[in-house]
Amino acid sequence: MVWHFHKLVLVYLYLLPIAETIDDKMVSQSFLQTADLLGATSGTILESNFIGLANYKKYMGDARMWHSLWNTTFFTVVSVALELVLGMAIALLINRAFKGRGIVRASVLIPWAIPTAVAAMMWGFLYDGQSGIVGHYLEVLHIIPDASWLLSTSEGGMFSVILADVWKTTPYMALLLLAGLQTIPNSLYEASDVDGANKFQQFWRITLPLLKSAILVALLFRTLDAFRVFDLIYVLTGGGPANATESISIYAYETLFAQQNFGEGSVLSVIVFLCVALISFIYVKLIGSDLFAGRTK
Amino acid sequence: MNKRAGIGFYLFLTIFVFLVMFPFIWVFLTSIKAPGEIFSSFKWFTSNPSLESYEAAITNRPLFRYMLNSFVVSGLTTILSLAFASFTAYALTRLPIKGKGFVLGLVLAASMFPQIAIISPMFNLVTGLGLRNSYMGLVIPYITISLPLSIWILSTFFQKIPFELEESAKLDGASPFQTFRKIIFPLAAPGVFTTGILVFIAAWNEYLFALTINSDDMWRTVPVGISMYQSQYSIPWGDISAATVIVTIPVVIIVLLFQKRIVSGLTSGSVKE
Repeated sequence: MVWHFHKLVLVYLYLLPIAETIDDKMVSQSFLQTADLLGATSGTILESNFIGLANYKKYMGDARMWHSLWNTTFFTVVSVALELVLGMAIALLINRAFKGRGIVRASVLIPWAIPTAVAAMMWGFLYDGQSGIVGHYLEVLHIIPDASWLLSTSEGGMFSVILADVWKTTPYMALLLLAGLQTIPNSLYEASDVDGANKFQQFWRITLPLLKSAILVALLFRTLDAFRVFDLIYVLTGGGPANATESISIYAYETLFAQQNFGEGSVLSVIVFLCVALISFIYVKLIGSDLFAGRTK
Repeated sequence: MNKRAGIGFYLFLTIFVFLVMFPFIWVFLTSIKAPGEIFSSFKWFTSNPSLESYEAAITNRPLFRYMLNSFVVSGLTTILSLAFASFTAYALTRLPIKGKGFVLGLVLAASMFPQIAIISPMFNLVTGLGLRNSYMGLVIPYITISLPLSIWILSTFFQKIPFELEESAKLDGASPFQTFRKIIFPLAAPGVFTTGILVFIAAWNEYLFALTINSDDMWRTVPVGISMYQSQYSIPWGDISAATVIVTIPVVIIVLLFQKRIVSGLTSGSVKE
Protein backbone atom coordinates (compact mmCIF):
# COMPACT_ATOMS: atom_id res chain seq x y z
CA MET A 1 0.00 0.00 0.00
CA VAL A 2 2.85 2.33 0.96
CA TRP A 3 4.70 1.36 -2.12
CA HIS A 4 1.67 2.13 -4.07
CA PHE A 5 1.29 5.45 -2.44
CA HIS A 6 4.94 6.27 -3.14
CA LYS A 7 4.53 5.36 -6.72
CA LEU A 8 1.44 7.42 -6.98
CA VAL A 9 3.22 10.47 -5.60
CA LEU A 10 5.99 9.92 -8.14
CA VAL A 11 3.53 9.64 -10.93
CA TYR A 12 1.88 12.74 -9.69
CA LEU A 13 5.17 14.61 -9.52
CA TYR A 14 6.07 13.46 -12.97
CA LEU A 15 2.80 14.33 -14.39
CA LEU A 16 2.20 17.57 -12.58
CA PRO A 17 4.13 19.84 -14.91
CA ILE A 18 2.65 18.25 -17.96
CA ALA A 19 -0.80 18.40 -16.53
CA GLU A 20 -0.31 21.96 -15.57
CA THR A 21 0.90 22.99 -18.96
CA ILE A 22 -1.92 21.13 -20.56
CA ASP A 23 -4.32 22.67 -18.16
CA ASP A 24 -2.88 26.10 -18.68
CA LYS A 25 -2.90 25.69 -22.36
CA MET A 26 -6.38 24.34 -22.35
CA VAL A 27 -7.76 27.11 -20.28
CA SER A 28 -6.01 29.80 -22.16
CA GLN A 29 -6.76 28.19 -25.46
CA SER A 30 -10.40 27.58 -24.79
CA PHE A 31 -10.66 31.10 -23.49
CA LEU A 32 -9.04 32.47 -26.59
CA GLN A 33 -11.16 30.21 -28.74
CA THR A 34 -14.31 31.31 -27.04
CA ALA A 35 -13.32 34.91 -27.48
CA ASP A 36 -12.56 34.24 -31.12
CA LEU A 37 -15.80 32.42 -31.55
CA LEU A 38 -17.68 35.25 -29.92
CA GLY A 39 -15.94 37.73 -32.12
CA ALA A 40 -16.71 35.73 -35.21
CA THR A 41 -20.29 35.22 -34.15
CA SER A 42 -20.82 38.89 -33.61
CA GLY A 43 -19.36 39.37 -37.05
CA THR A 44 -21.86 37.16 -38.77
CA ILE A 45 -24.96 37.13 -36.63
CA LEU A 46 -25.00 40.36 -34.72
CA GLU A 47 -24.01 42.45 -37.72
CA SER A 48 -26.56 42.00 -40.49
CA ASN A 49 -25.85 41.80 -44.20
CA PHE A 50 -28.22 44.69 -44.75
CA ILE A 51 -26.41 47.17 -46.94
CA GLY A 52 -29.14 49.68 -47.43
CA LEU A 53 -29.14 51.41 -50.76
CA ALA A 54 -25.47 50.75 -51.55
CA ASN A 55 -26.28 48.64 -54.63
CA TYR A 56 -28.71 51.25 -55.88
CA LYS A 57 -26.07 53.94 -55.43
CA LYS A 58 -23.64 51.78 -57.39
CA TYR A 59 -26.02 51.40 -60.33
CA MET A 60 -27.01 55.06 -60.37
CA GLY A 61 -23.41 55.76 -61.39
CA ASP A 62 -23.11 52.74 -63.68
CA ALA A 63 -22.65 53.73 -67.32
CA ARG A 64 -23.73 50.29 -68.59
CA MET A 65 -27.04 50.59 -66.71
CA TRP A 66 -27.81 54.00 -68.22
CA HIS A 67 -26.76 52.77 -71.63
CA SER A 68 -29.07 49.75 -71.47
CA LEU A 69 -31.89 51.93 -70.14
CA TRP A 70 -31.37 54.27 -73.08
CA ASN A 71 -31.33 51.33 -75.52
CA THR A 72 -34.59 50.04 -74.06
CA THR A 73 -36.27 53.45 -74.24
CA PHE A 74 -35.08 54.05 -77.80
CA PHE A 75 -36.23 50.60 -78.89
CA THR A 76 -39.61 51.04 -77.18
CA VAL A 77 -40.36 54.52 -78.54
CA VAL A 78 -39.26 53.86 -82.12
CA SER A 79 -40.79 50.42 -82.53
CA VAL A 80 -44.11 51.28 -80.83
CA ALA A 81 -44.42 54.51 -82.87
CA LEU A 82 -43.76 52.64 -86.13
CA GLU A 83 -46.18 49.90 -85.13
CA LEU A 84 -48.89 52.44 -84.34
CA VAL A 85 -48.56 54.30 -87.64
CA LEU A 86 -48.28 51.16 -89.77
CA GLY A 87 -50.97 49.33 -87.78
CA MET A 88 -53.33 52.28 -88.17
CA ALA A 89 -52.72 52.44 -91.93
CA ILE A 90 -53.35 48.71 -92.31
CA ALA A 91 -56.46 48.82 -90.13
CA LEU A 92 -57.94 51.73 -92.12
CA LEU A 93 -57.25 49.99 -95.41
CA ILE A 94 -58.68 46.60 -94.53
CA ASN A 95 -61.72 48.02 -92.70
CA ARG A 96 -64.06 47.19 -95.56
CA ALA A 97 -65.82 44.23 -97.07
CA PHE A 98 -63.55 42.23 -99.36
CA LYS A 99 -62.96 38.67 -100.43
CA GLY A 100 -60.23 36.73 -98.70
CA ARG A 101 -60.54 38.22 -95.22
CA GLY A 102 -59.67 34.80 -93.81
CA ILE A 103 -56.29 34.68 -95.56
CA VAL A 104 -55.40 38.19 -94.42
CA ARG A 105 -56.46 37.45 -90.86
CA ALA A 106 -54.44 34.22 -90.76
CA SER A 107 -51.35 35.84 -92.26
CA VAL A 108 -51.65 38.60 -89.67
CA LEU A 109 -52.04 36.17 -86.77
CA ILE A 110 -49.20 33.79 -87.57
CA PRO A 111 -46.35 36.25 -86.83
CA TRP A 112 -48.11 37.13 -83.59
CA ALA A 113 -48.57 33.48 -82.61
CA ILE A 114 -45.11 32.04 -83.27
CA PRO A 115 -42.66 32.12 -80.35
CA THR A 116 -40.53 35.27 -80.29
CA ALA A 117 -37.40 33.15 -79.99
CA VAL A 118 -38.32 31.31 -83.20
CA ALA A 119 -39.00 34.62 -84.96
CA ALA A 120 -35.64 35.90 -83.73
CA MET A 121 -33.85 32.84 -85.13
CA MET A 122 -35.61 33.34 -88.46
CA TRP A 123 -34.62 36.99 -88.65
CA GLY A 124 -31.11 36.07 -87.58
CA PHE A 125 -30.92 33.95 -90.72
CA LEU A 126 -32.44 36.68 -92.93
CA TYR A 127 -29.95 39.24 -91.57
CA ASP A 128 -26.91 36.97 -91.73
CA GLY A 129 -23.88 38.67 -93.27
CA GLN A 130 -23.10 35.86 -95.75
CA SER A 131 -26.31 34.04 -96.55
CA GLY A 132 -28.98 36.45 -95.31
CA ILE A 133 -31.41 37.49 -98.01
CA VAL A 134 -32.60 40.72 -96.34
CA GLY A 135 -29.03 41.90 -95.88
CA HIS A 136 -28.30 40.93 -99.48
CA TYR A 137 -31.27 42.81 -100.97
CA LEU A 138 -30.73 45.90 -98.83
CA GLU A 139 -27.11 45.94 -99.98
CA VAL A 140 -28.09 45.56 -103.65
CA LEU A 141 -30.57 48.41 -103.27
CA HIS A 142 -27.83 50.53 -101.59
CA ILE A 143 -29.96 51.09 -98.49
CA ILE A 144 -27.19 49.74 -96.27
CA PRO A 145 -23.43 49.89 -96.95
CA ASP A 146 -22.95 46.10 -96.95
CA ALA A 147 -24.77 42.99 -95.79
CA SER A 148 -22.70 42.52 -92.65
CA TRP A 149 -23.63 46.04 -91.46
CA LEU A 150 -26.90 44.69 -90.03
CA LEU A 151 -25.53 42.57 -87.21
CA SER A 152 -21.97 43.83 -86.80
CA THR A 153 -22.45 47.55 -86.17
CA SER A 154 -24.33 49.22 -83.34
CA GLU A 155 -26.70 51.18 -85.61
CA GLY A 156 -27.32 48.10 -87.72
CA GLY A 157 -28.00 45.97 -84.64
CA MET A 158 -30.61 48.38 -83.35
CA PHE A 159 -32.16 48.67 -86.84
CA SER A 160 -32.37 44.87 -87.13
CA VAL A 161 -33.95 44.42 -83.73
CA ILE A 162 -36.56 47.14 -84.36
CA LEU A 163 -37.43 45.82 -87.84
CA ALA A 164 -37.95 42.31 -86.49
CA ASP A 165 -40.13 43.64 -83.68
CA VAL A 166 -42.20 45.77 -86.07
CA TRP A 167 -42.71 42.74 -88.30
CA LYS A 168 -43.84 40.60 -85.38
CA THR A 169 -46.20 43.00 -83.62
CA THR A 170 -47.62 45.44 -86.19
CA PRO A 171 -50.27 42.85 -87.16
CA TYR A 172 -51.37 42.65 -83.53
CA MET A 173 -51.63 46.44 -83.34
CA ALA A 174 -53.63 46.52 -86.60
CA LEU A 175 -55.99 43.91 -85.23
CA LEU A 176 -56.72 45.87 -82.06
CA LEU A 177 -57.25 49.09 -84.00
CA LEU A 178 -59.45 47.35 -86.57
CA ALA A 179 -61.71 46.10 -83.79
CA GLY A 180 -61.96 49.68 -82.54
CA LEU A 181 -62.74 51.00 -86.02
CA GLN A 182 -65.58 48.55 -86.44
CA THR A 183 -67.39 49.96 -83.41
CA ILE A 184 -67.65 53.44 -85.00
CA PRO A 185 -71.15 53.77 -86.49
CA ASN A 186 -71.22 54.33 -90.22
CA SER A 187 -73.93 56.98 -89.87
CA LEU A 188 -71.33 59.42 -88.55
CA TYR A 189 -69.36 59.21 -91.79
CA GLU A 190 -72.53 59.52 -93.87
CA ALA A 191 -73.61 62.62 -91.96
CA SER A 192 -70.19 64.24 -92.41
CA ASP A 193 -70.28 63.37 -96.12
CA VAL A 194 -73.53 65.31 -96.37
CA ASP A 195 -71.90 68.20 -94.54
CA GLY A 196 -69.09 68.18 -97.10
CA ALA A 197 -66.19 66.94 -94.99
CA ASN A 198 -63.27 65.36 -96.85
CA LYS A 199 -61.57 62.08 -95.93
CA PHE A 200 -58.80 63.83 -94.05
CA GLN A 201 -61.22 65.84 -91.92
CA GLN A 202 -63.26 62.71 -91.25
CA PHE A 203 -60.16 60.95 -89.99
CA TRP A 204 -59.14 63.78 -87.63
CA ARG A 205 -62.61 64.74 -86.40
CA ILE A 206 -64.41 61.38 -86.25
CA THR A 207 -62.07 58.41 -86.40
CA LEU A 208 -59.29 59.57 -84.10
CA PRO A 209 -61.45 60.93 -81.24
CA LEU A 210 -63.68 57.85 -81.23
CA LEU A 211 -60.68 55.55 -81.47
CA LYS A 212 -58.83 57.28 -78.65
CA SER A 213 -59.40 54.69 -75.94
CA ALA A 214 -58.73 51.74 -78.28
CA ILE A 215 -55.44 53.39 -79.34
CA LEU A 216 -54.41 54.08 -75.76
CA VAL A 217 -55.14 50.53 -74.61
CA ALA A 218 -53.22 49.10 -77.58
CA LEU A 219 -50.35 51.48 -76.86
CA LEU A 220 -50.34 50.55 -73.17
CA PHE A 221 -50.00 46.84 -73.87
CA ARG A 222 -47.42 47.33 -76.60
CA THR A 223 -45.29 49.82 -74.64
CA LEU A 224 -45.14 47.55 -71.61
CA ASP A 225 -44.28 44.58 -73.79
CA ALA A 226 -41.59 46.48 -75.67
CA PHE A 227 -40.03 47.90 -72.51
CA ARG A 228 -39.44 44.48 -70.98
CA VAL A 229 -38.07 43.10 -74.27
CA PHE A 230 -35.83 40.13 -73.63
CA ASP A 231 -36.10 37.09 -75.90
CA LEU A 232 -36.09 38.91 -79.25
CA ILE A 233 -32.84 40.74 -78.55
CA TYR A 234 -31.28 37.95 -76.50
CA VAL A 235 -31.67 35.42 -79.32
CA LEU A 236 -31.11 37.78 -82.26
CA THR A 237 -28.06 39.79 -81.18
CA GLY A 238 -27.38 38.66 -77.62
CA GLY A 239 -27.28 42.34 -76.67
CA GLY A 240 -24.34 42.94 -78.98
CA PRO A 241 -22.41 44.13 -80.86
CA ALA A 242 -20.56 45.59 -77.86
CA ASN A 243 -23.75 46.00 -75.76
CA ALA A 244 -25.24 48.26 -78.45
CA THR A 245 -28.61 46.53 -78.30
CA GLU A 246 -28.51 45.42 -74.66
CA SER A 247 -31.88 46.07 -73.02
CA ILE A 248 -32.24 46.57 -69.29
CA SER A 249 -33.88 43.14 -68.96
CA ILE A 250 -30.89 41.50 -70.62
CA TYR A 251 -28.47 43.35 -68.33
CA ALA A 252 -30.51 42.20 -65.34
CA TYR A 253 -30.54 38.61 -66.62
CA GLU A 254 -26.78 38.65 -67.20
CA THR A 255 -26.14 39.96 -63.70
CA LEU A 256 -28.55 37.50 -62.09
CA PHE A 257 -27.65 34.31 -63.88
CA ALA A 258 -24.38 34.71 -65.80
CA GLN A 259 -22.63 36.40 -62.85
CA GLN A 260 -24.83 34.68 -60.21
CA ASN A 261 -25.14 38.00 -58.42
CA PHE A 262 -28.66 38.01 -57.05
CA GLY A 263 -28.25 41.16 -54.96
CA GLU A 264 -27.14 43.42 -57.76
CA GLY A 265 -29.33 41.72 -60.35
CA SER A 266 -32.34 42.37 -58.17
CA VAL A 267 -31.55 46.07 -58.19
CA LEU A 268 -31.76 46.02 -61.98
CA SER A 269 -35.01 44.04 -61.87
CA VAL A 270 -36.46 46.63 -59.51
CA ILE A 271 -35.41 49.39 -61.90
CA VAL A 272 -37.27 47.62 -64.75
CA PHE A 273 -40.27 47.22 -62.48
CA LEU A 274 -40.27 50.91 -61.48
CA CYS A 275 -40.08 52.03 -65.11
CA VAL A 276 -42.94 49.71 -66.09
CA ALA A 277 -45.00 50.92 -63.12
CA LEU A 278 -44.39 54.53 -64.16
CA ILE A 279 -45.37 53.86 -67.78
CA SER A 280 -48.57 52.05 -66.81
CA PHE A 281 -49.42 54.77 -64.27
CA ILE A 282 -49.22 57.42 -67.00
CA TYR A 283 -51.31 55.39 -69.43
CA VAL A 284 -53.94 54.46 -66.86
CA LYS A 285 -54.27 58.16 -65.98
CA LEU A 286 -54.79 58.93 -69.67
CA ILE A 287 -57.24 56.11 -70.27
CA GLY A 288 -59.12 56.67 -67.03
CA SER A 289 -62.08 54.59 -66.00
CA ASP A 290 -62.66 53.30 -69.54
CA LEU A 291 -60.30 50.45 -68.75
CA PHE A 292 -62.76 48.89 -66.34
CA ALA A 293 -65.88 49.73 -68.32
CA GLY A 294 -68.12 46.74 -68.79
CA ARG A 295 -66.35 44.53 -66.28
CA THR A 296 -67.74 45.57 -62.94
CA LYS A 297 -71.25 46.67 -62.16
CA MET B 1 -67.77 49.38 -94.52
CA ASN B 2 -69.26 51.10 -97.58
CA LYS B 3 -65.92 51.38 -99.32
CA ARG B 4 -65.65 48.98 -102.21
CA ALA B 5 -62.57 46.93 -102.86
CA GLY B 6 -60.97 47.69 -106.23
CA ILE B 7 -58.08 46.13 -108.11
CA GLY B 8 -55.58 48.49 -106.45
CA PHE B 9 -56.80 47.34 -103.09
CA TYR B 10 -56.24 43.69 -103.92
CA LEU B 11 -52.79 44.51 -105.24
CA PHE B 12 -51.95 46.22 -101.96
CA LEU B 13 -53.37 43.28 -100.05
CA THR B 14 -51.24 40.81 -102.00
CA ILE B 15 -48.07 42.82 -101.34
CA PHE B 16 -48.97 43.14 -97.66
CA VAL B 17 -49.61 39.41 -97.21
CA PHE B 18 -46.43 38.62 -99.14
CA LEU B 19 -44.30 40.94 -96.95
CA VAL B 20 -45.75 39.50 -93.77
CA MET B 21 -45.28 35.94 -94.92
CA PHE B 22 -41.89 36.52 -96.57
CA PRO B 23 -39.71 35.26 -93.69
CA PHE B 24 -41.72 32.03 -93.55
CA ILE B 25 -41.59 31.57 -97.31
CA TRP B 26 -37.84 32.11 -97.41
CA VAL B 27 -37.17 29.85 -94.42
CA PHE B 28 -39.28 27.11 -95.98
CA LEU B 29 -37.49 27.44 -99.33
CA THR B 30 -34.16 27.27 -97.48
CA SER B 31 -35.16 24.21 -95.50
CA ILE B 32 -35.62 22.11 -98.65
CA LYS B 33 -32.29 23.14 -100.18
CA ALA B 34 -29.29 20.88 -99.97
CA PRO B 35 -27.01 22.11 -97.14
CA GLY B 36 -24.23 23.12 -99.54
CA GLU B 37 -26.58 25.32 -101.50
CA ILE B 38 -27.66 27.49 -98.57
CA PHE B 39 -24.47 29.44 -98.11
CA SER B 40 -23.88 32.46 -100.30
CA SER B 41 -26.63 31.54 -102.72
CA PHE B 42 -29.66 33.74 -103.13
CA LYS B 43 -31.54 31.59 -105.58
CA TRP B 44 -35.18 31.36 -104.60
CA PHE B 45 -35.94 27.88 -105.82
CA THR B 46 -33.64 24.94 -105.60
CA SER B 47 -33.41 22.58 -108.54
CA ASN B 48 -33.02 19.46 -106.44
CA PRO B 49 -35.03 19.68 -103.19
CA SER B 50 -33.80 17.50 -100.36
CA LEU B 51 -34.93 16.62 -96.86
CA GLU B 52 -31.39 16.47 -95.52
CA SER B 53 -31.87 19.51 -93.30
CA TYR B 54 -35.00 18.00 -91.74
CA GLU B 55 -33.13 14.81 -90.98
CA ALA B 56 -30.29 16.78 -89.41
CA ALA B 57 -32.69 18.97 -87.42
CA ILE B 58 -34.33 16.04 -85.67
CA THR B 59 -31.18 13.97 -85.17
CA ASN B 60 -28.77 16.70 -84.01
CA ARG B 61 -31.09 17.87 -81.25
CA PRO B 62 -34.10 16.25 -79.52
CA LEU B 63 -36.59 18.45 -81.37
CA PHE B 64 -39.58 16.18 -80.80
CA ARG B 65 -38.75 16.03 -77.11
CA TYR B 66 -38.78 19.85 -77.02
CA MET B 67 -42.20 19.82 -78.67
CA LEU B 68 -43.53 17.21 -76.24
CA ASN B 69 -42.27 19.31 -73.32
CA SER B 70 -43.93 22.40 -74.74
CA PHE B 71 -47.21 20.56 -75.26
CA VAL B 72 -47.30 19.14 -71.73
CA VAL B 73 -46.28 22.39 -70.04
CA SER B 74 -48.65 24.58 -72.07
CA GLY B 75 -51.53 22.08 -71.76
CA LEU B 76 -51.20 21.77 -67.97
CA THR B 77 -50.88 25.54 -67.62
CA THR B 78 -54.01 26.08 -69.70
CA ILE B 79 -56.15 23.60 -67.76
CA LEU B 80 -55.05 24.76 -64.30
CA SER B 81 -55.22 28.43 -65.06
CA LEU B 82 -58.68 28.17 -66.65
CA ALA B 83 -59.98 26.26 -63.62
CA PHE B 84 -58.85 28.98 -61.21
CA ALA B 85 -59.60 31.92 -63.47
CA SER B 86 -63.18 30.94 -64.27
CA PHE B 87 -64.08 30.84 -60.56
CA THR B 88 -62.36 34.17 -59.98
CA ALA B 89 -63.94 35.84 -62.99
CA TYR B 90 -67.38 34.55 -62.00
CA ALA B 91 -67.02 35.91 -58.50
CA LEU B 92 -65.75 39.23 -59.78
CA THR B 93 -68.52 39.74 -62.32
CA ARG B 94 -71.52 38.20 -60.56
CA LEU B 95 -71.23 37.78 -56.81
CA PRO B 96 -71.90 40.70 -54.45
CA ILE B 97 -68.34 41.39 -53.31
CA LYS B 98 -66.94 44.73 -52.24
CA GLY B 99 -63.90 46.19 -53.93
CA LYS B 100 -64.24 44.41 -57.28
CA GLY B 101 -62.64 47.31 -59.10
CA PHE B 102 -59.67 47.13 -56.76
CA VAL B 103 -59.24 43.38 -57.31
CA LEU B 104 -59.46 43.79 -61.09
CA GLY B 105 -56.95 46.62 -60.90
CA LEU B 106 -54.64 44.35 -58.92
CA VAL B 107 -55.06 41.61 -61.54
CA LEU B 108 -54.24 44.04 -64.32
CA ALA B 109 -51.23 45.33 -62.39
CA ALA B 110 -49.99 41.75 -61.95
CA SER B 111 -50.27 41.16 -65.69
CA MET B 112 -48.08 44.18 -66.30
CA PHE B 113 -45.32 42.86 -64.05
CA PRO B 114 -42.12 42.47 -66.04
CA GLN B 115 -40.98 38.86 -65.93
CA ILE B 116 -37.41 39.84 -65.21
CA ALA B 117 -38.61 41.42 -61.95
CA ILE B 118 -40.01 38.14 -60.60
CA ILE B 119 -37.48 35.74 -62.09
CA SER B 120 -35.01 35.71 -59.17
CA PRO B 121 -37.50 34.89 -56.36
CA MET B 122 -39.28 32.48 -58.70
CA PHE B 123 -36.00 30.76 -59.58
CA ASN B 124 -35.07 30.42 -55.89
CA LEU B 125 -38.54 29.12 -55.03
CA VAL B 126 -38.52 26.50 -57.79
CA THR B 127 -34.97 25.49 -56.87
CA GLY B 128 -35.97 25.24 -53.19
CA LEU B 129 -38.92 23.02 -54.06
CA GLY B 130 -36.60 20.80 -56.07
CA LEU B 131 -38.67 21.34 -59.20
CA ARG B 132 -35.95 22.46 -61.59
CA ASN B 133 -35.92 20.44 -64.81
CA SER B 134 -39.46 19.17 -64.42
CA TYR B 135 -42.84 20.02 -65.92
CA MET B 136 -44.27 21.48 -62.71
CA GLY B 137 -41.23 23.73 -62.38
CA LEU B 138 -42.47 25.64 -65.42
CA VAL B 139 -46.21 25.17 -64.93
CA ILE B 140 -46.21 26.94 -61.55
CA PRO B 141 -44.51 30.14 -62.79
CA TYR B 142 -46.60 30.07 -65.97
CA ILE B 143 -49.82 30.00 -63.95
CA THR B 144 -48.77 33.19 -62.20
CA ILE B 145 -48.25 34.83 -65.59
CA SER B 146 -51.39 33.49 -67.27
CA LEU B 147 -53.90 33.89 -64.42
CA PRO B 148 -54.19 37.70 -64.74
CA LEU B 149 -54.58 37.38 -68.51
CA SER B 150 -57.30 34.73 -68.24
CA ILE B 151 -59.19 36.44 -65.39
CA TRP B 152 -59.17 39.66 -67.40
CA ILE B 153 -60.49 38.10 -70.62
CA LEU B 154 -62.93 35.71 -68.93
CA SER B 155 -64.57 38.50 -66.97
CA THR B 156 -65.47 40.25 -70.25
CA PHE B 157 -67.09 37.06 -71.51
CA PHE B 158 -68.97 36.38 -68.26
CA GLN B 159 -70.23 39.95 -68.27
CA LYS B 160 -72.03 39.40 -71.56
CA ILE B 161 -74.25 36.61 -70.21
CA PRO B 162 -77.69 38.03 -69.35
CA PHE B 163 -78.25 38.52 -65.66
CA GLU B 164 -81.88 37.33 -65.91
CA LEU B 165 -80.82 33.72 -66.56
CA GLU B 166 -78.99 33.67 -63.31
CA GLU B 167 -81.84 35.27 -61.38
CA SER B 168 -84.33 32.69 -62.62
CA ALA B 169 -81.92 29.93 -61.63
CA LYS B 170 -81.72 31.48 -58.18
CA LEU B 171 -85.53 31.59 -57.98
CA ASP B 172 -85.62 27.90 -58.85
CA GLY B 173 -83.45 27.28 -55.82
CA ALA B 174 -79.99 26.82 -57.39
CA SER B 175 -76.98 27.49 -55.20
CA PRO B 176 -74.29 29.89 -56.48
CA PHE B 177 -72.08 26.95 -57.40
CA GLN B 178 -74.92 25.20 -59.25
CA THR B 179 -75.68 28.42 -61.12
CA PHE B 180 -72.05 28.65 -62.10
CA ARG B 181 -71.75 25.01 -63.16
CA LYS B 182 -75.08 24.60 -64.99
CA ILE B 183 -75.85 28.06 -66.37
CA ILE B 184 -72.84 30.36 -66.58
CA PHE B 185 -70.09 27.93 -67.49
CA PRO B 186 -71.89 26.25 -70.44
CA LEU B 187 -72.96 29.64 -71.79
CA ALA B 188 -69.45 31.01 -71.39
CA ALA B 189 -67.85 27.90 -72.89
CA PRO B 190 -66.87 29.62 -76.17
CA GLY B 191 -65.25 32.42 -74.16
CA VAL B 192 -63.47 29.92 -71.92
CA PHE B 193 -62.22 28.11 -75.00
CA THR B 194 -60.95 31.36 -76.54
CA THR B 195 -59.15 32.23 -73.32
CA GLY B 196 -57.68 28.75 -73.30
CA ILE B 197 -56.17 29.23 -76.76
CA LEU B 198 -54.59 32.53 -75.74
CA VAL B 199 -53.15 31.05 -72.54
CA PHE B 200 -51.83 28.05 -74.46
CA ILE B 201 -50.07 30.27 -77.02
CA ALA B 202 -48.64 32.51 -74.28
CA ALA B 203 -47.25 29.49 -72.43
CA TRP B 204 -45.97 27.94 -75.67
CA ASN B 205 -44.02 31.12 -76.47
CA GLU B 206 -42.53 31.89 -73.03
CA TYR B 207 -38.74 32.10 -73.06
CA LEU B 208 -37.14 33.61 -69.95
CA PHE B 209 -38.48 31.16 -67.34
CA ALA B 210 -37.94 28.19 -69.64
CA LEU B 211 -34.36 29.30 -70.22
CA THR B 212 -33.43 29.64 -66.54
CA ILE B 213 -35.51 26.96 -64.82
CA ASN B 214 -35.30 24.02 -67.22
CA SER B 215 -31.66 24.11 -68.21
CA ASP B 216 -31.34 20.37 -68.87
CA ASP B 217 -31.62 19.55 -72.56
CA MET B 218 -34.27 16.86 -72.01
CA TRP B 219 -36.58 19.37 -70.31
CA ARG B 220 -36.19 22.33 -72.65
CA THR B 221 -39.21 23.77 -74.41
CA VAL B 222 -39.39 24.72 -78.10
CA PRO B 223 -38.38 28.42 -77.88
CA VAL B 224 -35.28 27.64 -75.80
CA GLY B 225 -34.47 24.47 -77.69
CA ILE B 226 -34.49 26.17 -81.05
CA SER B 227 -32.10 28.87 -79.89
CA MET B 228 -29.67 26.10 -78.89
CA TYR B 229 -29.03 25.04 -82.49
CA GLN B 230 -26.45 27.78 -82.90
CA SER B 231 -23.14 27.09 -81.23
CA GLN B 232 -20.19 29.34 -80.62
CA TYR B 233 -18.41 28.09 -83.73
CA SER B 234 -21.06 27.44 -86.33
CA ILE B 235 -24.62 28.32 -87.18
CA PRO B 236 -26.24 25.47 -89.11
CA TRP B 237 -28.87 27.51 -90.98
CA GLY B 238 -30.19 24.42 -92.76
CA ASP B 239 -31.02 22.66 -89.46
CA ILE B 240 -32.43 25.87 -88.02
CA SER B 241 -34.74 26.57 -90.94
CA ALA B 242 -35.99 22.98 -90.98
CA ALA B 243 -36.57 23.06 -87.20
CA THR B 244 -38.37 26.40 -87.56
CA VAL B 245 -40.71 24.94 -90.17
CA ILE B 246 -41.45 21.92 -87.96
CA VAL B 247 -42.24 23.96 -84.82
CA THR B 248 -44.29 26.51 -86.76
CA ILE B 249 -46.68 23.87 -88.11
CA PRO B 250 -48.65 23.40 -84.83
CA VAL B 251 -48.97 27.18 -84.48
CA VAL B 252 -50.25 27.52 -88.05
CA ILE B 253 -52.82 24.77 -87.44
CA ILE B 254 -54.06 26.45 -84.26
CA VAL B 255 -54.30 29.82 -86.02
CA LEU B 256 -56.11 28.44 -89.07
CA LEU B 257 -58.62 26.52 -86.97
CA PHE B 258 -59.36 29.17 -84.38
CA GLN B 259 -58.55 32.52 -86.00
CA LYS B 260 -61.96 34.07 -85.33
CA ARG B 261 -61.86 33.07 -81.68
CA ILE B 262 -58.31 34.36 -81.27
CA VAL B 263 -59.29 37.74 -82.71
CA SER B 264 -62.32 37.98 -80.45
CA GLY B 265 -60.19 37.10 -77.43
CA LEU B 266 -57.41 39.53 -78.31
CA THR B 267 -59.77 42.43 -78.85
CA SER B 268 -62.12 41.69 -75.95
CA GLY B 269 -59.95 43.65 -73.55
CA SER B 270 -59.40 46.65 -75.74
CA VAL B 271 -62.78 47.64 -77.18
CA LYS B 272 -65.90 48.80 -75.45
CA GLU B 273 -69.02 47.25 -76.87
